[in-house]
Amino acid sequence: MPGKPLLMTFPVTATSHTLADYRARGGYGTLVKAISSMQPADITKEVSTAGLLGHGGAAFSAGRKWGVVNLNDRQPHYLCANADEGEPGTFKDRWILENAPHLLLESMLIAAYALQVRHAFIYIRGEFDVPYQRLAAAIEEAYAAGYFGERILGTDFACDIVAYRGAGSYVCGEASGLLSSLEGKRGYPRNRPPRLTVQGLYKRPTVVNNVETLANVAGIIANGAAWYKSFGTAKSPGTQLVSISGHIATPGVYEVEYGYPLAKFLYEDCGGMVHGRKLKALIPGGISTKVLTGAEVQSVTFDHQSLSAAGSSVGSGGMIVIAEGTCMVRLLQVMLRFYHHESCGQCTPCREGMGWMHRIIDRVVAGEGRAEDLDRLIDISRWNDGNTICGMGDAAGYATIGILAKFRDEFEYFIANKRSRFDGNLECLRSS
Amino acid sequence: MKHLVPEFDVLRRRFPAGFESSLVLPCIRRIQEDRGYVADSDIDGLVEYLGVPRIQIEEVLSYYTQFRRKPIGRWHVETCRNVSCSMCSAERLMAHLKGKLGINPGETTPDGRVTWSTAECLGSCGTAPVMVVNNRYHENMSIAKLDTLLGGLD
Repeated sequence: MPGKPLLMTFPVTATSHTLADYRARGGYGTLVKAISSMQPADITKEVSTAGLLGHGGAAFSAGRKWGVVNLNDRQPHYLCANADEGEPGTFKDRWILENAPHLLLESMLIAAYALQVRHAFIYIRGEFDVPYQRLAAAIEEAYAAGYFGERILGTDFACDIVAYRGAGSYVCGEASGLLSSLEGKRGYPRNRPPRLTVQGLYKRPTVVNNVETLANVAGIIANGAAWYKSFGTAKSPGTQLVSISGHIATPGVYEVEYGYPLAKFLYEDCGGMVHGRKLKALIPGGISTKVLTGAEVQSVTFDHQSLSAAGSSVGSGGMIVIAEGTCMVRLLQVMLRFYHHESCGQCTPCREGMGWMHRIIDRVVAGEGRAEDLDRLIDISRWNDGNTICGMGDAAGYATIGILAKFRDEFEYFIANKRSRFDGNLECLRSS
Repeated sequence: MKHLVPEFDVLRRRFPAGFESSLVLPCIRRIQEDRGYVADSDIDGLVEYLGVPRIQIEEVLSYYTQFRRKPIGRWHVETCRNVSCSMCSAERLMAHLKGKLGINPGETTPDGRVTWSTAECLGSCGTAPVMVVNNRYHENMSIAKLDTLLGGLD
């Protein structure tokens, strides 16, 4: 196990996701504690002191986000869990939705109490079938047990919750795009300011947190901020659910304590590379984070500071392992096709830029690349940066610049020779 | 869609007052489950039921990948072709599927049996490659499993 776990603390069985099992593990006891013995502001303070950071990609302080909501402004506040999980390589929130839905619900109730929220939402991507069924069943169980609705646990606290299904748009994973979608519209991101905690859902103060971020709240309130900070490092407290895929022996979801050596995680916890291949590159946190070379991975620990120093980030914890012999030109083609498909079309630099980049990389792969194409890709990336409402265009650019900076020779080879330096496959077919 | 109104009424009660606009996506999803696609008459019905502008419903329908305005085959086969799936044989799987079905992604077999679409990351990268058939995930796919799966699509 890569360090001490906070969330994966129970064996997954055929019934471990049910209310009965969750209660047997002490479930909903923290809600009782919070409502009966704590003031709403105390909870936000505890979450702040714990140093809980966002686990969806941006790593923003949850306590600071919550702190913006004015509890005395006499208007409705909303809370929304972001379960859109669309960043390629990421499938970690799915673990919580499938195996610990009540942990999410209890944490959301505590957050709703802290933020004086009457109506909470879980925005879940439309494709998820089993995670949605598990979540919907858990919500019904929780309603039947009196954890949602009016007069929760016999107090004046009241809260309703809706699991809201998306319909196949990557941009809806961005918090403001998510809220546009939750309003029944196209998932168009919105310009900030105003911040969503000032004007969010239907122009009311709204906190949007990632599923895993929220799932950590119950533990923090149950055991205290100091306990939470005993996990991880001083500047990266806690753990991260890492979903690892690609050319790795045992892909899946692992809970990694921040500060854990990355190479040890790959070779000891995840069984090393498939077919005994060498590690060529690693995308640490979803394809929008910058790629690391195999050599760079060796000295990195898994936390915000170490990954940032290496020029990348924890991102969404969606780790993709790339073996020696994989064609990076083809890999970038798949990535740019995706970004092109998912651009919402609101901002010109992204709408036009993604298509342009996609056409360039398709041309290169077709053997019709031109000498100026690589610099053009970098130019388009830079033109996007900071000139769009949301970060999607920026992210596509960072990913492109990252790959070109480290593997440019492969692209030049492809253009000069009209073919891949390798077999051109992304699949790792046999040992090298 | 009139026969679905009682279901929509139940759904509506979970939302705060004034959130009618939010019901657009769940109502469209339910209509599509029922009819297989969203017809003009469904849009008329939703405009009347929710009191939202027609253009909002049209915009939603043309924006989200999962919604459709036309019928498709009895079986909707979706293959993920994003990074992790491509790294775990999705490209070979798709070539095999193309041979078996004799169609390209986005098309329906002439007998109306299967519609094939490609999908971007479905959040199943650890069990790649993944396919979805009529909304159900099929993970850790292989050529052999694909053949078995296709054999069961009548």
